[in-house]
Amino acid sequence: MKIKAQFGMVMNLDKCIGCHTCSVTCSNTWTNRPGTEYMYWNNVETKPGVGYPKEWENNDEKKGGWHLKNGKLELKAGGKFSKLINIFYNKDLVEIDDYYEPWTYDYENLVNSPEKDHQPVARPKSQLTGEYMDITWGPNWEDDLAGAHETGKNDPNMRNLDEQIKFEFEETFMMYLPRICEHCQNPSCVSSCPSGAMYKREEDGIVLVDQDSCRSWRFCMTGCPYKKVYFNWKTNKAEKCTFCFPRIENGQPTICSETCVGRLRYIGIVLYDADKVLEAASVEDEKDLYEAQLGTFLDPFDPVIQKEAVKQGIPEDWIEAAQKSPVYKLAVEQKIALPLHPEYRTMPMVWYIPPLSPFMNALGGQVDSLSPDVIFPTINQFRIPIDYLASLFTAGDTGVIKKVLRKLVAMRTYMRAVQLNKPFDHSILEAAGMTEEVAEEMYQLSAIAKYEDRYVIPKSHREDSGDMFSHQGNAGFEFMEACRSCMGGGQEADPLEYYESGFWRELDESSPKGV
Amino acid sequence: MTNLDIFLWIIFPYISLTIFILGHIYRYNTDQFGWTAKSSQFLEQKRLRFGSTVFHWGIIFVFFGHVGGLLIPKLWFDTIGITDDMYHFGAIWFGGLAGLAVVIGGFFLFLRRVAVKRIVKNSSVSDYVALIMLGIVVLVGFTNTAGYTATGGSFDYRVTIGPWLREILTLRPSEGMVLAMAQAPIGFKLHVSLAFVLFAIWPFTRLVHVFSLPLKYLNRNYVVYRNIKPYHKTKVAEKKEIN
Ligand code: HEM
Ligand code: SF4
Ligand code: SF4
Repeated sequence: MKIKAQFGMVMNLDKCIGCHTCSVTCSNTWTNRPGTEYMYWNNVETKPGVGYPKEWENNDEKKGGWHLKNGKLELKAGGKFSKLINIFYNKDLVEIDDYYEPWTYDYENLVNSPEKDHQPVARPKSQLTGEYMDITWGPNWEDDLAGAHETGKNDPNMRNLDEQIKFEFEETFMMYLPRICEHCQNPSCVSSCPSGAMYKREEDGIVLVDQDSCRSWRFCMTGCPYKKVYFNWKTNKAEKCTFCFPRIENGQPTICSETCVGRLRYIGIVLYDADKVLEAASVEDEKDLYEAQLGTFLDPFDPVIQKEAVKQGIPEDWIEAAQKSPVYKLAVEQKIALPLHPEYRTMPMVWYIPPLSPFMNALGGQVDSLSPDVIFPTINQFRIPIDYLASLFTAGDTGVIKKVLRKLVAMRTYMRAVQLNKPFDHSILEAAGMTEEVAEEMYQLSAIAKYEDRYVIPKSHREDSGDMFSHQGNAGFEFMEACRSCMGGGQEADPLEYYESGFWRELDESSPKGV
Repeated sequence: MTNLDIFLWIIFPYISLTIFILGHIYRYNTDQFGWTAKSSQFLEQKRLRFGSTVFHWGIIFVFFGHVGGLLIPKLWFDTIGITDDMYHFGAIWFGGLAGLAVVIGGFFLFLRRVAVKRIVKNSSVSDYVALIMLGIVVLVGFTNTAGYTATGGSFDYRVTIGPWLREILTLRPSEGMVLAMAQAPIGFKLHVSLAFVLFAIWPFTRLVHVFSLPLKYLNRNYVVYRNIKPYHKTKVAEKKEIN
């Protein structure tokens, strides 16, 4: 057993109002530099829709993630040898136009224009070429189903739905899907990088690109099935969501979580057995991947696990944090959070509580006199088809989605009864497999949880690591090389201090540089 | 042996090789961030596909051709029974084809770099210099193969340029070989001199990517882990990769 700690996030989709605050604050923090302006490490998609970049979920074509080849896990885009052979031209690369051509506006014209018959306008100008352009696609083109009658049918998740429910006007449904990098347990981006510039942090599972080692081979972007590695077209290097590691190391939530208007994000750690990851990612039936991933998580309350974790160097306060972790509670204990597209086999670590759709609507006026026989069948009539949710979160297994929705409905009906002092039919809870305590707990965490309950973030142990400032520049986006040693008076990093892992040892004893 | 000959066939090659070696060491140590292939596929890929693929496969064959023709002594070929005719057949056909691939692929890359707006706007001076210098060297070289060797020219670079280059590389240039260079046809002289100009600018362009061919990938584990901090030094050597 090799115990690792890993940060995870859960998003409660019922609460997302699609305001894009998360995208904007993320962008202001990380991607307001030239070459990155098209990137939204956090983006919010309206589903159904092709998303950002276009049709990212269509991995039959985009070739992201893993698949089973003769029973063995292999990168969908091709193994190591095939990558080297195709290194001169990556045949599966997503182009910038699939995201969108970044633009700005000719604002000066508003001020400098001479007097004319018409108002001056600020015409859009491409940031790639500096020329005037017509805007035909953007990062958020399908917001609130705009144009979805055209693009929506290309949404890969629509494939499993009945023709007639697809886009008849009356039946139209939508939901928001905020997305960041999943900081996967089995990251295919890291595995696709030939120069070893991408890595997963041993201590907390955060996946990063070493800017100094990236050699512009651009395979990681194809490798990620969520298309969450981006290419900086100015520096010709890959960049991606950092899980705001400078904040996380200080016990603060990521900026997208901190600023989330719906307060729907949860951050915490889970302990998992790294020795089980490969096996779990290789289970034959895609529908078993969700359970298999759950199977890698370890119970932080189990004394045997605790002892072993301490032995393996996991700090005590991290074990405590794992016990309080809202991610562990929602995903493992309450089982209402689900991974996004487990069929990509990367074992993603950003999980989602599926949305309920307008739930009172579906029940009509009779909400207070409900029995399980009435309440649960209505789940099938929810606006958002079960099949659609299953395609997003369970590789098509509708059974799991129904179970989760039942729990959510049962919790709500129970809490409604409690707060209005109405009689309650307890068989509703039983049928959902819950007790009153569980319902209460679910309510606490999903409805009224405070900041400290939503974010249980153990600090990184600085006392062991010397001066964290000297680590800057080795990871993340500190590429103003000249200033490496002048940050906060930090001492020069001794690279050996920071790169203990076997990989870098083999390449170069004395420095974190790549080949 | 004139002063010019000494400069061209002894001094300049050494200046160039010195810049080549020290330049790479300097750049590698000071500019890891800039040490990349500078892929531009993200901005434009339709034209890149043909150009880059054909150019690169061509230049790889051309490279091995140069190793075979210049670095490996003729005697060695004679010993293993490869006759002059056989060698020339290979050099002209395979060498010629590879050269043609480089010329055509390179031409496409050049067209792309001057015609596609997005690429033009995002090219540095060094991108142009590298591509154009490379283009000139390749064109002159290809002209030699196609216009001289293939049409029966009597100059044999395997007993002139080859030994001269080996002498230069092993740090013992001789008068005899410098004279042989001085008497080589102008096309060959140009090709060699321009190549040394290219070597001198090489470390300061994107061409450094050639030395980063990531062969290590082939026997690496897929998932790479790195530590943030040096905790528990005792466990250092342990392999921290899973699959
Ligand atoms: C050792 C194996 C090599 C590898 C793996 C390699 C890889 C690459 C890659 C990935 C690119 C970027 C293509 C893109 O825009 O996406 C590139 C561009 C380029 N390579 Fe190489 N290369 C190799 C050898 C060479 C050699 C030997 C030369 C010439 C001496 C060369 C000259 C160039 C040039 C000039 C470009 C820029 C093309 C342009 O104008 O866009 N490469 N190479
Ligand atoms: S979601 Fe993140 S960690 Fe997972 S493959 Fe994509 S970039 Fe890598
Ligand atoms: S800030 Fe929160 S509520 Fe707003 S779009 Fe992002 S995830 Fe949704």
